[in-house]
Amino acid sequence: MAISNATLAGLTRAQLLEMHYKMALLRRFEEKSAEEYTRGKIGGFMHLYIGQEAVGVGCITPLRRDDKVLASYREHGHALLKGMTPNEVMAELFGKVDGCSKGKGGSMHMWSNEVGMFGGNGIVAAQLPIATGIALAAQYEGRDEVTMVFFGDGAVDEGAFHESLNLASLWKLPVIFVCENNQYSMGMAVEKAWAVDSLLPRAAAHGVPAEQVDGMDVLKVYEAATRAVEHTRSGKGPVLLEIKTYRFRGHSMTDPTYYRTREEAEEWRTTRDPIGIFEKHLLEAGQAAQSDFEENDAKAIQVAEEAAEFAENSAFPEPEELYTDIMVDDSTALSYRYER
Amino acid sequence: MRTVTFRDALREAIREEMARDERVFIMGEDIAGYGGTYAVTKGLIEEFGEKRVRDTPLAEEIFTGAGIGAALMGLRPIVEIMTINFSLLASDQIINSAAKMRYMFGGQPAVPIVFRMTVGGGAQRGAQHSQMLESFYAHIPGLKVAIPATPYDAKGMLKSAIRDPNPVLFFEHELLYNVKGEIPDEGEEYTLPLDRGDIKREGQHVTILSFSRMVHVCLQAAEDLAKEGIEAEVIDLRSVRPIDIDLILDSVKKTNRVVVAEEGWKYYGTGQGLSALIYEHGFDYLDAPIQHIAGADVPMPYSKPLERLAVPRKEDVVNAARRIVPAALVRG
Repeated sequence: MAISNATLAGLTRAQLLEMHYKMALLRRFEEKSAEEYTRGKIGGFMHLYIGQEAVGVGCITPLRRDDKVLASYREHGHALLKGMTPNEVMAELFGKVDGCSKGKGGSMHMWSNEVGMFGGNGIVAAQLPIATGIALAAQYEGRDEVTMVFFGDGAVDEGAFHESLNLASLWKLPVIFVCENNQYSMGMAVEKAWAVDSLLPRAAAHGVPAEQVDGMDVLKVYEAATRAVEHTRSGKGPVLLEIKTYRFRGHSMTDPTYYRTREEAEEWRTTRDPIGIFEKHLLEAGQAAQSDFEENDAKAIQVAEEAAEFAENSAFPEPEELYTDIMVDDSTALSYRYER
Repeated sequence: MRTVTFRDALREAIREEMARDERVFIMGEDIAGYGGTYAVTKGLIEEFGEKRVRDTPLAEEIFTGAGIGAALMGLRPIVEIMTINFSLLASDQIINSAAKMRYMFGGQPAVPIVFRMTVGGGAQRGAQHSQMLESFYAHIPGLKVAIPATPYDAKGMLKSAIRDPNPVLFFEHELLYNVKGEIPDEGEEYTLPLDRGDIKREGQHVTILSFSRMVHVCLQAAEDLAKEGIEAEVIDLRSVRPIDIDLILDSVKKTNRVVVAEEGWKYYGTGQGLSALIYEHGFDYLDAPIQHIAGADVPMPYSKPLERLAVPRKEDVVNAARRIVPAALVRG
């Protein structure tokens, strides 16, 4: 088939295919993680991003390397998109010493100073005040970085959401609030939890410009995020995006999803798959061929496999690691001298 | 040397550190225009401006969390949380974020932040405004908890806290703000460690361990005891995490008797923790059971006569020491 020179959302073919690859990588990485979890290689809680790939890819693509990203506990994808390697993320899931957090954090705690990925937070909405403070630091020191913070539809019911929007708006802080509304906070359907069925009035209440976006269409997400980044980087203060999406798997690996019907999930998977939708756009616009998708997918599968192999071969932390990294000066013990 | 109040000593520490380091800023409720609920930050807004002296909305979780975020980026925030009672609204950020981030992210981030807040009772503020609660935070690995009793210690320790690369909780007893004491002259720079106790009075018959306002009560008790020939060694812990256990054990080895005196509740708190440490590491040196004086195990009452009963008095400390120091020892 002929490859068109026309662009989608102002993106070149190379950029579009890169976005497609990233979506495939997130999907295949999570599938591999699920497999390793089932094999007992990964423990604890693990929350998969499958179904929500368009949100992360669309939002993080417009960011610069020196911009900062924070996310909830469903953050493997954000970590990869911000530039962390699949190896260091997978090794962290395995609790290995080559993990980004030396195996001390786990699935919910991905971090990299180098690429500006600042967690992974296991407390719902706790990342919002922290992100607001990171944005405050950028403003304080006169840097034009933006901070993008991701959270779910459950987080907006926490007071921290409102407190953060208010302060960010009041002080015009360069922070972008991204609500990934995947319809359920654990098992609680959003319509049972929200008195108002949209985040726009809540954002308006704090004077924060906001948009609702179809989170299954990566190009729409990308365009909205690009507008948000421009607005925020120019010093006009925070923006909120309510991005409607759906997680294809349970809340965590141990969730039997009793609260929604099999048919509902199947309907989303078959008709609203963000990767399928993007591929359809690309084909229709003549920007890619089926073989491009197959190539990307094969590469994603290989990278995920290699990450698992890397994690498997990495060592567990030494017992001495138990007592390091508590304090900066390693004064870990309760007592100053006696217990050392 | 010159004499200043505890409040002025704190303000000097903040002002000096702000002048020394552009990264230091302070934020909290009513710290700028109002001058601080307890007037600690009075005048700072005129000197340093709105960028570095920031009034925040009345929302503890956000300004605490935002302080943590700013600290992660290398700034040196001082967050004033008015009182420890209100810090409970922000305790998730302190306990789950500030204390844990360095560890759970494998040593990558640092959180150089100071949370200042008032503690304590005795001013008829009622149950919700009269709590010590220092042990609540001292329980948590990843935090430092400083709780000075004198203007000299307050200034030197607050300066260290601001320079410390870790999260430090800095507890100021409400009834200490007007207490006066000597500090070095202006321009004479000094800092004090955040991991050392201090012997406020030397003695050989009994060790009295205390912190915050109770140190002053214990020093008065020691005066009374001295009249009876009992020489008490009064140790001010100054920090409750980390705790200077060696200083304590050295004293126990000398006196063989211990009174622990604190204003907060008795059970599961700092005093019991200390007693357990002494029993664990210094049992063989003890000649008598540790005596533990603490606040009444009730929510703080408002009415003055009831409140007096709830807060430990000098007589309680004196009697505790008398119970374990035999007359024969004193005569000898």
